[in-house]
Amino acid sequence: MGVSTLQEKAADRQQQDRKPTLQRRNVWWEIIPAVFGVIWLLITISPVLYMFMTSLRPLTDFFTDIPWLPPSHPTLANYVDILSRDFGLYFANTVFVTVLSVLLIVVVSIFAAYAISKIRNRYTQTVFNLFLVGLAIPLQATIIPIYAMITDLHLYDTLFALILPGVAFGIPLSILVLVTYIRDIPKELHESMLLDGAGHFRILRSLVLPLSRPALITVVIYETIQVWNSFLFPLVLTQSSNVRVLPLALWSYQGQYTTNVPAILAAVFLSATPIILLYIFGRRQLLGGLTAGFSK
Amino acid sequence: MSTAIQAPQAPRLANVSERANQVAILWTLPALAFYILFAIIPLFIAVYLSFTNWNGLSDATWIGLKNWIALFSDSVTGHALLLTIGVMIISWIVQTPLSLLIGVFMAGQQRYRSVLSVFYFVPLLFSAVAIGLTWVSILDPNFGLLDTLLKTIGLASLAKGWLGDPNLAFFVVMAIICWEFIPFHALLYLGGARQIPRELYEAARIDGAGPVQNLFLITIPQLKYTIVTSTTLMFTGSLTYFDLFWVTTQGGPGYATRVLPLHMYITAFQNEQIGYGSALAVLLAFFGIVLSIVLLRFTGFTRMASQREGL
Repeated sequence: MGVSTLQEKAADRQQQDRKPTLQRRNVWWEIIPAVFGVIWLLITISPVLYMFMTSLRPLTDFFTDIPWLPPSHPTLANYVDILSRDFGLYFANTVFVTVLSVLLIVVVSIFAAYAISKIRNRYTQTVFNLFLVGLAIPLQATIIPIYAMITDLHLYDTLFALILPGVAFGIPLSILVLVTYIRDIPKELHESMLLDGAGHFRILRSLVLPLSRPALITVVIYETIQVWNSFLFPLVLTQSSNVRVLPLALWSYQGQYTTNVPAILAAVFLSATPIILLYIFGRRQLLGGLTAGFSK
Repeated sequence: MSTAIQAPQAPRLANVSERANQVAILWTLPALAFYILFAIIPLFIAVYLSFTNWNGLSDATWIGLKNWIALFSDSVTGHALLLTIGVMIISWIVQTPLSLLIGVFMAGQQRYRSVLSVFYFVPLLFSAVAIGLTWVSILDPNFGLLDTLLKTIGLASLAKGWLGDPNLAFFVVMAIICWEFIPFHALLYLGGARQIPRELYEAARIDGAGPVQNLFLITIPQLKYTIVTSTTLMFTGSLTYFDLFWVTTQGGPGYATRVLPLHMYITAFQNEQIGYGSALAVLLAFFGIVLSIVLLRFTGFTRMASQREGL
């Protein structure tokens, strides 16, 4: 027993693998998880595959094709159709709202996070606690007053109606992520720069910003996804098609097309393209960004 | 000598701290302004509106506790509340074990597992609206993938309008919610599982422990902070599921899937009972804040939030 364990231990180290003592059990414990892993793959991926394959079917084939097989006459016609239906405008609206919102969130959050983590007094800590409470406020609970306020500000049915509350709800988590990161920048570096006569703005620019880059990337990715996919604010705060953003556009395509499922699914796929590209080219950052606030 | 050095420094330090106070106020101001204006003040306005009768056009009239009395005697609201609690419980029971197992599975060293995990995260790339529309087409009774499949394999009797059946619709939407969110929670568990020291498994193996024992005696206890994080997010998240319910069922058939946020939206914006809708919104916020405080108290969420579990 002792000898065989030692031998196995040596073998293990070579293979970098965890193996139970018995060889036969070993095989089963590799097969069973693998089988479940493949089943879960099917559950996860088949709806997405169906979405993609159907979006390539001509409408006539949609009624006759076998739905789980690849399209018999694949075509991009649905995509062309969707693109001709103001999709470009909705896309541009969404880009505008997302870029401006994320920019505002990041800029105001980095200044606040610097003050909270590097200037520790009663005021900044109270402010921090106030933001932490904000994490618990469901956005849905404030939508009625926000609607009334946006109307009073004459911003109803504009893209700014989406940006202002969107920024407000993006700030608490962004500050939490940035504060936990900036806190860990060694105090000595900060203090020595301060004693050298550097202003806070210079310290922020030349010390804190470069060192907190990973946290900034996390915040940018997380907020981009949040704003890009946001549905309730546009549903309540906009109405006209010229200020429509993508999630709302999907919803209205559904109303227009009803039975033209391939066209709807082409729109669904198109609406996610930026995030899909982000995943293909920056999977690690994207996945890290999704767990923002819980990863550090 | 030492006094000579201290003398010029004292005023400089005072200067520094005064400047720091200015910076503290000035630099937190923009974030605070946005946040107070569009998150805190609306919450208080919602409380105020919950004591009024308002259709959104004429002036709001103060009606005291009438909305609140109505809220506690309204059977639809009671039903919506129960559904929301149902969302929490089902989310937790279904998602926690699956996410944990998938997370641990992905944390394995085997090459095929990292290949599989690339695909496991794909649902995270789509918005709730996109996911809702995709599933609506899959579950369509006429040309949907699921019913066509059932008819082909000889189970035509099971085929039905999944989202149109009042007894089923809620559970079907719950299944979609689990499909949507398990990848996210599995990601949390993946991060947690990677932090477990390998030596623990080495030691267990020498003691002759099998994989099942490893799971229950090492992996799950070691993941306790991740379980708390994931549970907290599931519970508080359960209060906010609006998009998916809206796109798939709009609360129907009847009231079968009208969860609290949906009930609030329909009451305020479709039935134009803004006062009563605000009472529901306050109930929702109250729920969210109390839930967070309770979970924080009993689990030390903050301690755990700062624990490193990143990728």
